[in-house]
Amino acid sequence: MNNKDTGLHVQGQSVFTGDLNLPEHSLFAAVFTAPYAHGKITQIDYRDAEKMDGVVRVLTARDIPGINQIGNVVADEPLLAEEEFTYIGQPIALVLAESHKIAQKALAQIQISYEKLPVITDPREAYQKGNIIGEERVFSCGDILAQNECAFLFEGRVDSGAQEHLYLETQVAIAIPVEKGKIKIVCSSQSPTAVQHAVAVVLGLSENCVESEVLRLGGGFGGKESQASTWAALAALGAFRTNRAVKLTLPRKTDLIVTGKRHPYSSDFRIGLDKNLKIIYFEVMYYQNAGAYTDLSGSVLERTLFHATNSYFIPNVKVKAVSCRTNLAPNTAFRGFGGPQAMFVIESAIYEAARQLQAPAYRIQQANIIAAGQRFPYGMKMQENNAKACFDETLRKYDFEKKLQEAKGFNAQNKFLKKGISVMPVCFGISFTTTFLNQASSLVHIYTDGSIGISTGAVEMGQGVNEKIRKIAALTLGVSVDRIRTETTNTTRIANISPTAASTGTDLNGNATLLACQEIKNRLLCFLPTFTGQGSESDYAIVEEQVLYQKQAIGLDWNQLVINAYLSRISLSSHAFYATPGISFDLKSEKGSPFAYHVCGTAIIQVTADCQKGTYVIDSVEVIHDTGASIDPTIDMGQMEGGIVQGIGWITMEEVLHSKDGRLITNTLSTYKIPDILFSPKKISVHFLEAFDPSKGVLGAKATGEPPLMYGIGVYFALLNAARAFRPELIVPYSAPMTHEKFLMMLYDNPSCVSNVG
Amino acid sequence: MKIHTIVNSTPLSLILPSGMTTLDFIRDTLGLKGTKEGCREGDCGTCMVLVGNPENGQLRYRIMNSCLLPVADIDQSHLVTIEGLNMEGLSAIQRLFVSEGAAQCGFCTPGFIVSVTGYLLSCQKPHYSEALAFLSGNICRCTGYKAIERALEKMLNQLDIPESGWGQFNQRIGWLIQNQILPEYFLHIPTRLAELPTVQKTQKAEYYSLYSVAGGTDLYVQRGEDLEEKEIDRVTGNDMKGITELDDGRCSIGAATTISELTESEVIGRFIPHFADYAGLIACTSIRNRATIAGNIVNASPIGDMSIILLAMNASLLIEDNEGQRETGLLHFFKGYKQFDLSDGERIKAIILPSGNCDWFFNFEKVSKRTHLDIASVNSAIHIKVVGNFIVEVFVSVGGVAPIPLMLHATNRYLKGRELTPELVDGAISTALSEISPISDARGSTEYKRLLLKQLIRVHFERLSEFLTQKIAIR
Repeated sequence: MNNKDTGLHVQGQSVFTGDLNLPEHSLFAAVFTAPYAHGKITQIDYRDAEKMDGVVRVLTARDIPGINQIGNVVADEPLLAEEEFTYIGQPIALVLAESHKIAQKALAQIQISYEKLPVITDPREAYQKGNIIGEERVFSCGDILAQNECAFLFEGRVDSGAQEHLYLETQVAIAIPVEKGKIKIVCSSQSPTAVQHAVAVVLGLSENCVESEVLRLGGGFGGKESQASTWAALAALGAFRTNRAVKLTLPRKTDLIVTGKRHPYSSDFRIGLDKNLKIIYFEVMYYQNAGAYTDLSGSVLERTLFHATNSYFIPNVKVKAVSCRTNLAPNTAFRGFGGPQAMFVIESAIYEAARQLQAPAYRIQQANIIAAGQRFPYGMKMQENNAKACFDETLRKYDFEKKLQEAKGFNAQNKFLKKGISVMPVCFGISFTTTFLNQASSLVHIYTDGSIGISTGAVEMGQGVNEKIRKIAALTLGVSVDRIRTETTNTTRIANISPTAASTGTDLNGNATLLACQEIKNRLLCFLPTFTGQGSESDYAIVEEQVLYQKQAIGLDWNQLVINAYLSRISLSSHAFYATPGISFDLKSEKGSPFAYHVCGTAIIQVTADCQKGTYVIDSVEVIHDTGASIDPTIDMGQMEGGIVQGIGWITMEEVLHSKDGRLITNTLSTYKIPDILFSPKKISVHFLEAFDPSKGVLGAKATGEPPLMYGIGVYFALLNAARAFRPELIVPYSAPMTHEKFLMMLYDNPSCVSNVG
Repeated sequence: MKIHTIVNSTPLSLILPSGMTTLDFIRDTLGLKGTKEGCREGDCGTCMVLVGNPENGQLRYRIMNSCLLPVADIDQSHLVTIEGLNMEGLSAIQRLFVSEGAAQCGFCTPGFIVSVTGYLLSCQKPHYSEALAFLSGNICRCTGYKAIERALEKMLNQLDIPESGWGQFNQRIGWLIQNQILPEYFLHIPTRLAELPTVQKTQKAEYYSLYSVAGGTDLYVQRGEDLEEKEIDRVTGNDMKGITELDDGRCSIGAATTISELTESEVIGRFIPHFADYAGLIACTSIRNRATIAGNIVNASPIGDMSIILLAMNASLLIEDNEGQRETGLLHFFKGYKQFDLSDGERIKAIILPSGNCDWFFNFEKVSKRTHLDIASVNSAIHIKVVGNFIVEVFVSVGGVAPIPLMLHATNRYLKGRELTPELVDGAISTALSEISPISDARGSTEYKRLLLKQLIRVHFERLSEFLTQKIAIR
């Protein structure tokens, strides 16, 4: 009995939402969306679509029985646009038909007339016109006047692009009417509770009338945290109005057009250093391109501020951030959640300072790495010395100096091929920065045959959370992992689920499972003295499926223990709750300790660029990373390597292009390219830091989901170093992604982009 | 259309619209859900299947994107989905994917398993870098490629292939079964395929109907929704294939010859030196297994890789209709954006390459956002004959800079007869820049494409000079 997910995946036997058998008489839905980025609807005509063979009905905002609202954090986003639409791809109507293909075809039969309204796609333009979401946020510490005392002061502009999630399984939802007034949703969401809530609001039902279930996701990466709710709510609306099950699957192109992406940022920085390369002042204004609605932009913006100084201690900081409303699909969570954007800015600032000072960037990085006891601008103390330990150990272990020399030699010998090397430290805070979300529950059942079923709020999307939870339970109960099955994530078993996000899935749900298992185990241990008639509970242990009495096996195994406990009317089920202790944040002062801990590490990146064609390959990424006591090194290695390559994709080839009027140009997989197996770095070496604090995470294992993505940022600076080996006088841009196009244009058609005010 | 096929271990006879995609057939008609839909444009590999067809008297398996594969083309074939690779326990490949953690979310995994198995079914002699390149059509968005690489490497390392090689089909299949890479039923497939009822083939005239589909690798991307409910005519039949050296020293390539078949051909290797290396830059294995040479030409994409290569080769087209046939130079074929010299009722029968000559130098360059499985920002080919440092004949072609795949006529005229000097390259570049009119699009800005062409011409001449130096050294 092996319940390991990967065992099912390799045989094509794991079931995704789209693979489920549908109830009889199911309908299929397609979404009619806004054809222009901003407009006032004057007329819509659905009659031709409704007349088509196989089309059952077309639904609009008027058919919504509850509230036309899906905004999760701020209630500013209608499910279906009614009078005005504000981005291309905004849902306006829902076609219900007997087949997916008929529903898709019917979309072309819907006629819409609208008045064009002004379109803004640039965040700085939006800001100037006062189109902002929420308030401008400022994190500061120290003294702003410190900039006057800097020996060197540099400023510049940094831009980073969007990133398409490109989960291989597109958004999909199935809504099934259960009985009058109750509905069941199965969909591909990182947040079953957000789905439940959205459906309840839209249909005007109480939450106990909406069952929301998630099997597993074919990739999420943040793209299904808040943005799965739309499709679930639409399917639910269809099911509610027809009393038939409705399946809604977004075709790839639709998914690319209608869903939000990683937020593009445009930022202005100012960095001040003293003569010893200590950064003493850092100032940034971040303009976040939020898209048309709030979605999670405020929280993303907040994390940008938390990671403004990455792994460095800077005494005087003033970082401001503003969320700018534009006419693009609402941008949303994406692995890193504003952190990568922040780290790209500080690393650019350091690189620029180094370039102008003609010093290597790593010297500035090394001189400023945060040590235990030093504070971040938001007031939290760095608890461990892992940032510095990883940085120093990386340079030593991977023979950094030698690498530099070898690259120098290579560059001297080659006219057009140039190697570039960079160092990329990462320090990422673990916890939802919205403190109340840091809670989870777990429900553990032991059945009379000794098998175990566990339900938690965690959603499996490839990060291996289910496997880790099984291991935690097995370890706690003293049984084999093969006995344990993790169940689907379902709101009737686990209520009020926080999204599986912010790298916290295992920490929160694993700890809740640990508590639930401990509780059952205690009951069993208490039962043993009465059952065997000897000793007290502290004399007993369960190890490798055997009951031990004073460390000796007594011929009583797990199965016998369980059935006898059942016959003696001992509860074999437990529900436990976990809330991360010791975290808080005060929004008024913008100070606090929002994170349970920080995950740190450092990477050395080497690239080889062809400075004639503007193409490049990534030779190696070598990392020392603080993951604590890994519960499953294979899974963690997958998270590390996968995160790194995904981050490299964002910083190199993944280019989301919009036309000036807000139309997505890269709306196919033939125009939006992500790393393939041949682009992936030739070598990735990851070593886990040996010294760690066992009190962090769950059983001493730290979160691994997001942090590694940010090592990919180092590729940008390795490429700049390669370019400058070819043209030493180059003034470099800080504008990601560094596509082949931008790389070649930088070398041969170079605009001046940074000025020195120091 | 009545289709007779074997799906995994089961022979099936079904009436289906012949234009239906094999992906829909697998998932919706058969309810086999291991094959996933990721993009429906052949760009992700989640729907990868194996298709076994007789080639040269042996069954030959190739990987294909089922989203672009009409069911007409699995008639009389063995279609293998992930379910068809499952056996008691896990296969050796599946076991390694599990132990190496080479599956994360699992959505791409069946496609990878199919491709790796497909590699072992079709390679001459397993080689790691070749195997890696074989997987360029499979995307993993959890980007867990390193674990997949480790699984692949261990797989190849643990193979203990007999010294004499795999030999004939049955020997290889037997070996793969013995090594738990394939389930046992594969052994009986050739016999069972031969037992399938055959259908009277459609009349030739029907080839000229509207829904004539060759490889369909772009047609299904552009017009899949139209095609999938229709009857189509397949132009992938053996009568349209074949690579032959003609009596006059030229080479004739059947219109429906796939890029893979070109790559595998020794004859092509002689006519277009290093073609197999360049082919690695064209699409990916599964697309090359389907895309045809004439399909790439009539698709008339201004950046079609084959068009650019064939233009520089100064190839011509043999065009036929009911009345007869005519031959026209490829450089006269393209008339405007997606317009070409083919009247109703006409079709390309073959592509003719001029006679080969070792004095000629050929080079193909392509730059795209991603090096593999991507459409070029700019691609360019040169075919040039130099005698005593003087250019006797030259053809430079370039894609992505005009509404059509472009032959640089003025540049060629400028170069012809001149002596090879560094200044000559500058002159060629300025002439070339006066001939092109690139537009800004998803593949690059106007300025970038102009710059790229400049750079690629420089690269052509550098490669030429390396070639000439080598030649002198050999002499």
